[in-house]
Amino acid sequence: MKERLSREVIALRAAKEFFDGAVVNLGGGVPSLAANFVPEGRTVIFHAENGVLGFGPVPSSESEAQPHWMGANGLPFLPLPGMCFFHHADSFGMIRGGHIDITVLGALQVSEKGDLANWTFPERGVGNIGGGMDLAFCCKRVIVAMEHITPKGELKILTKCTYPMTAPHCVSLIVTDIAVMAVSEAGLVLEEVAPGWTVEEVQALTEPKLRVAKDIKEMQL
Amino acid sequence: MAIKKIFKTPDEAIADISDGATIMVGGFGHAIDRPQTLIKALANRGVKNLTLISNSAGVAGKLGIGSLGGKPFIDEEILIEKGQVRKVICSVPASLVMSRPNAFERLYREGKIELEYAPQGTLAERIRAGGAGLGGFYTATGVGTLIEKGKEKRTIDGKEMILEFALRADYALTRAYKADTMGNLVYKGIMRSFNAVMPLAVKVAIVEVEEIVETGELDPEVIITPGIFIDRIVKIPKEEG
Repeated sequence: MKERLSREVIALRAAKEFFDGAVVNLGGGVPSLAANFVPEGRTVIFHAENGVLGFGPVPSSESEAQPHWMGANGLPFLPLPGMCFFHHADSFGMIRGGHIDITVLGALQVSEKGDLANWTFPERGVGNIGGGMDLAFCCKRVIVAMEHITPKGELKILTKCTYPMTAPHCVSLIVTDIAVMAVSEAGLVLEEVAPGWTVEEVQALTEPKLRVAKDIKEMQL
Repeated sequence: MAIKKIFKTPDEAIADISDGATIMVGGFGHAIDRPQTLIKALANRGVKNLTLISNSAGVAGKLGIGSLGGKPFIDEEILIEKGQVRKVICSVPASLVMSRPNAFERLYREGKIELEYAPQGTLAERIRAGGAGLGGFYTATGVGTLIEKGKEKRTIDGKEMILEFALRADYALTRAYKADTMGNLVYKGIMRSFNAVMPLAVKVAIVEVEEIVETGELDPEVIITPGIFIDRIVKIPKEEG
């Protein structure tokens, strides 16, 4: 089996999309790791849907953690100058109102049209929508950061999602452990491959036919 | 100031909640934002056929996700596992750890509890709308998903949207940091969440707080919830919280 990028490196690549001044909401799992990789020289304002903007990193020692400083991922954060708090109606007003520039979300399945399925699968019978639908529908840009296939080897990037939909036509960029793909009107465009991977190898693990960008390159990490 | 809002014990504060009540339960899901004292009192009271409106159906407390040091805390699960709940309207019904199903999932699979999914932002806005005297609103969230089922659709400003109705309830159980005797509330950090939204949308708003101060002691510039929305206040007993 060829070497794939780690979860941290997927997050690092996704974080390169954060522009200076961007307001960013990170989903749980791989996306939440992107907080550690904001490109140098850029300031990002992180939003957590449980009602905080402009929070800092996870504290390195337990003594610095406070029960009332915790993000939507259940982890404590440190305060930053300018941080502020608000209630849920305002928090989702920010999301629905288009005030969040970028959200990075995990996915169970993504389609070539940018449909996202990330809240449950049929065998579970029940699942957690949480804030994911509002984020996927309403943020200016939706980036998916995930492993390219499941641990069992099932494909996740599909012609059409088979799991319950989170939001149709919402994803603009997919960052995985082997490739970076942009969603275009004509389908998925392979823009970058991980070191050591070829276009053909990525295509073999992707259901829809990939278009290859003219300037395709190795992922810069 | 004729209305007395301070209740000595959580049991007294919830003493009139009866079978079949619809109850909003505040917080996002962290130990600090859940009204643990009031939930516990409601479990002790044992009323049945409740409808809960909450962000979750008790998905994190037993797992200790969202508390410092991973310490378990009280959430809706103690009501659901005792069979006190008929229906939950929420965005997060299932355990946060799939290998450890919660009481809700077990009862749901047996067909013993009803679920109405509401995306978190839609849930918050339905409650806000209820509290603001509105009938509902249109939102894009949920179009083309199972959420749109049975809902009126409209294209507004070129965007497809669905009609969501406002939510109101008999009671709200919420948590804040400090109250004055008039019921004015301040919060700490992330505690506002659903706690600062729900009291507006109910007949009787009951809040638990860490501290109760005399009227006039809270800076009017920092009060988040005006006291007119709050009916009953209980101080969290020392050993809890």
